[in-house]
Amino acid sequence: MPSLKDLKNRIASVKSTQKITAAMKMVAASKLRRAQEQAEAGRPYAERMGRMLASLAANVSSDGEGPKLMTGTGKQDTHLLVVISSDRGLCGGFNGTIVREARRQIARLEREGKTVKVLTVGRKGRDQLRRTNPKNVVHSYEDIGRKRLSFAEADMITAKVLEMFEAGEYDVASIVYNKFKSAMTQVVTFQQVIPFALSQSDAAEAQADEGQAEAKALYEFEPEEDQILAELLPKNLSIQVYRSLLESAASEQGARMTAMDSATRNAGDMINKLTLTYNRTRQAVITKELIEIISGAEAI
Amino acid sequence: MADKVEFELVSPEKLLVSQPVDMVVVPGGEGNFGVLAGHAPMITTVRPGVIDIFEGDRIVDRIFVAGGFAEVTETRCTVLAEQATNLSELDRAAVEQEVKDTGEDVDDAKTDGDRALAEGRLAIARAKLEAITGATAH
Repeated sequence: MPSLKDLKNRIASVKSTQKITAAMKMVAASKLRRAQEQAEAGRPYAERMGRMLASLAANVSSDGEGPKLMTGTGKQDTHLLVVISSDRGLCGGFNGTIVREARRQIARLEREGKTVKVLTVGRKGRDQLRRTNPKNVVHSYEDIGRKRLSFAEADMITAKVLEMFEAGEYDVASIVYNKFKSAMTQVVTFQQVIPFALSQSDAAEAQADEGQAEAKALYEFEPEEDQILAELLPKNLSIQVYRSLLESAASEQGARMTAMDSATRNAGDMINKLTLTYNRTRQAVITKELIEIISGAEAI
Repeated sequence: MADKVEFELVSPEKLLVSQPVDMVVVPGGEGNFGVLAGHAPMITTVRPGVIDIFEGDRIVDRIFVAGGFAEVTETRCTVLAEQATNLSELDRAAVEQEVKDTGEDVDDAKTDGDRALAEGRLAIARAKLEAITGATAH
């Protein structure tokens, strides 16, 4: 049986832990709000970019002579996975699920006889993947969006991805990231970015747009379609990377908030239990002393 | 001037401008072009330069953009730009310094990829300087 002093210390330490987790939860909540605002602010650009791409693609893809980013290299031998995780822990299953999905994909692709290269963003993903798949990880970034995620950082990652693509180091690229659904739930998403596939929603949007007032707006292009496309596609890739980074940042804060919330609640339960034990022990000590005094008095 | 055109300037980080205007002049990849209401639908690239926003016959706003894309329909003009700054907020000395710094980056670049990146930045900085010089000369 632990002594009264031990119990007291224990309660004090759990209490201070609870204070920390409660504070972390608050911080995560405010960061989450900021991340969500940022994701919201980035939406108009992505929407318009998608619309432009859709109308461009409708004009170009038919002749099959599009840029490589769209048509691919004609092979599917080497895959690049961009795995987006966080730099810091204490966010529940956030990094665990991402890494598990990445491993699953690596295993699946390798079973199909393909070479897999991995580019990690965030320290946690890098550490965990390096341990199990050291030969797959070719490059990694850390401290992305430490203060506030900027588009320039996404651009930097994209530049590396494109450089590798142009050097012929891989044929297909995908991003693995946590998509933000709500503060409680994140959905692990596997999204192919090279060769570029027009998402269903973008295509539908473009059609809906055309269906409206701008009845089949036939755009003029200046310069030629394929030239614009050649410039637009890398930009679009930056946007995709930027968006998934934003989603991941929001998810991370959401996951942390949830994890810290339950940690705070667990600490509360623990304090209650410990306090109960403490009081019982105290009572037991008092009773024991009383018995000793009474039996001492009786003996006289 | 009854008809206005809905002008939108969007950067990846936020929607910068969204307002009805009489006319905008955009530095297109193949030369500047003005957009009035009822312009033919068009998609084009935008080179680094200055977007002029007109109310009536006067320029009410001048915004520097570091290149991007523009989509024009009969009622809308959307410019997707990566960087945009109001011309009045640009500081001449800072921009001159930027031109110098990026110039040095080009010289220091080791790989072709680095060089291409630095050259892109240099071109943007030069266009910025030009925009300022042009603005003060008037």
